[in-house]
Amino acid sequence: MKQVLEFEKPVIALREKIAELKTFTKESDLDLTEEIVKLETRLEKLENDIYTNLKPWDRVQMARHAERPTTLDYVEQLFTDFLEFHGDRYYGDDAAIVAGIAKYKGRPVTIVGHQRGKTTKENIRRNFGMPHPEGFRKAARHMQQAAKFGRPIICFIDTKGAFPGRAAEERGQSEAIARNLMEMSGFEVPIICIVIGEGGSGGALALGVGDRLLMLENSTFSVISPEGAASILWKDGGKAKEAAEKLKITAPDLKELGVIDDIIPEIRGGAHRDLASQAELVDQAITEHLSQLEKLDKQVLLEQRWEKYSNIGSFAK
Amino acid sequence: MLKDFFSKKKHASKPSEEAKQDIPEGLMLKCSDCGKIYYREEMRKQLYVCPNCGHHHQLPSDERINNLFDEGSFMEYDTDLNTGNPLGFPSYTQKLEKDQLKTGLKEAVVTGEGTINGFRTAFAVMDSRFRMASMGSVVGEKISRAIEKAREANIPFIIFTASGGARMQEGALSLMQMAKTSAAVQRFRDAGGLMISVMTNPTYGGVSASFASLGDYNFAEPGALIGFAGRRVVEETIREKLPEDFQTAEFLLAHGQLDDVINRHDMKKYLTTILDIHQAGGNVS
Ligand SMILES: [Zn+2]
Repeated sequence: MKQVLEFEKPVIALREKIAELKTFTKESDLDLTEEIVKLETRLEKLENDIYTNLKPWDRVQMARHAERPTTLDYVEQLFTDFLEFHGDRYYGDDAAIVAGIAKYKGRPVTIVGHQRGKTTKENIRRNFGMPHPEGFRKAARHMQQAAKFGRPIICFIDTKGAFPGRAAEERGQSEAIARNLMEMSGFEVPIICIVIGEGGSGGALALGVGDRLLMLENSTFSVISPEGAASILWKDGGKAKEAAEKLKITAPDLKELGVIDDIIPEIRGGAHRDLASQAELVDQAITEHLSQLEKLDKQVLLEQRWEKYSNIGSFAK
Repeated sequence: MLKDFFSKKKHASKPSEEAKQDIPEGLMLKCSDCGKIYYREEMRKQLYVCPNCGHHHQLPSDERINNLFDEGSFMEYDTDLNTGNPLGFPSYTQKLEKDQLKTGLKEAVVTGEGTINGFRTAFAVMDSRFRMASMGSVVGEKISRAIEKAREANIPFIIFTASGGARMQEGALSLMQMAKTSAAVQRFRDAGGLMISVMTNPTYGGVSASFASLGDYNFAEPGALIGFAGRRVVEETIREKLPEDFQTAEFLLAHGQLDDVINRHDMKKYLTTILDIHQAGGNVS
């Protein structure tokens, strides 16, 4: 049973109605074909209206959809010979981040990504994709290796944020994130970062510094969750919908602000509707950007990366 | 963004509501830790360190600069950068104007260069009286430019951090300042530059998780609260009571997260020694 999102309810209701009429037509003497055709036209229009005019809060729901494809889903679709490696060599292995090496169209790459679970059990094991310092340090270790062996780095971002726990603080959550931001800005290999679900704050950015920051059409990228912003601003977490609009967290808004480089379109109804088709769209984006970046000399690559970051910000005239 | 550290009296430096009511505004100051009352001028001379209990209160950025730099040596950078309202966030502009009036500052960080006992140094000091020194575009830009200037001039960079975290009203533009400043640190590091970070109360969120943690040496003032997530958020997440000293400078030191905790009165001498060691060359013979 697929999870139904609030804004999709009219679509689902209409679909059910059509199915009902079809069954009725088949089982009775009454021919409702004409009525069915009318409703199908209406459905087509309704789907179009709803899915092409998604509000920020609708996209938040989409980004959080329980069946939304995760890092490992895309890895399986897009890469061959993937080998997952574990541990940060200091403390432990954080299952909220996966990292490893693989081939992308025959070319060696390093893959790093946040990993949510799709079931409660897996979510508990992976801490809902919210990393501890050891997760970020595992990521750093693999990216350092990528730089050493000249492999491009592909990052998948999908987290509510770094885990706000006692142990995380004791082991230097801040330092682990800061170090990733700093080191990623200096690795002499192409880095492509793709927000596939939620991109929450510093924990998302810790896998998000590179030559390209791309977002799936219905993913979000934000300095704070809409709920968190609402509770700080209006002391009312229930105003999350309003906060989602004010914070400008959707791909189109962030493209306009110059925060992201490109939007990867989603299939109608959201990425969870058809993984293989969605993966194809992600594939196209990776190929396009990687082929641009591969042509660049190391020094030019780093210079362009610095330019990109040093230009992000907005000032009054 | 993380307002909750003020709820804890023990280590926070903001005067309590009670203290504000007790004392004539301006003339007297009450130590937020031990409660002793002092003339403001006397506290100012003590760099706002309580003579009785040693509690480090908030030190305004101009006083910090006057205390550290050789007289008349400080030259401010980038005074012409102004904060806008890129997301059109409701009441953001008014909030900025209010804090500008209150503090006489244009933004939450002052950057520049000067000499510390003769050592030329680029510098940034964040001032938590302004929007909790949260990091928006201007704060990130000024810090990143100051680091670039240190790189170009081949001089050390020292930063005194304080921040509640990200500037929520600037959304992802605020978040990206973490990346920008950290990238500037990387360039500075590649050029062999010396960076010293001194965290003051409070240093949280996006600032703690970027340049504040990226010095060649990371220090903190006594009692300063430092962390990624605020105490209340952590307590709500793990549903357990945290130790009294959680996220204090001393707690971080004990957990291997700092090089040392330095008293404000010793700061200038301490920094001078580091600058000297990094400049000294020669051979033992
Ligand atoms: Zn005292």
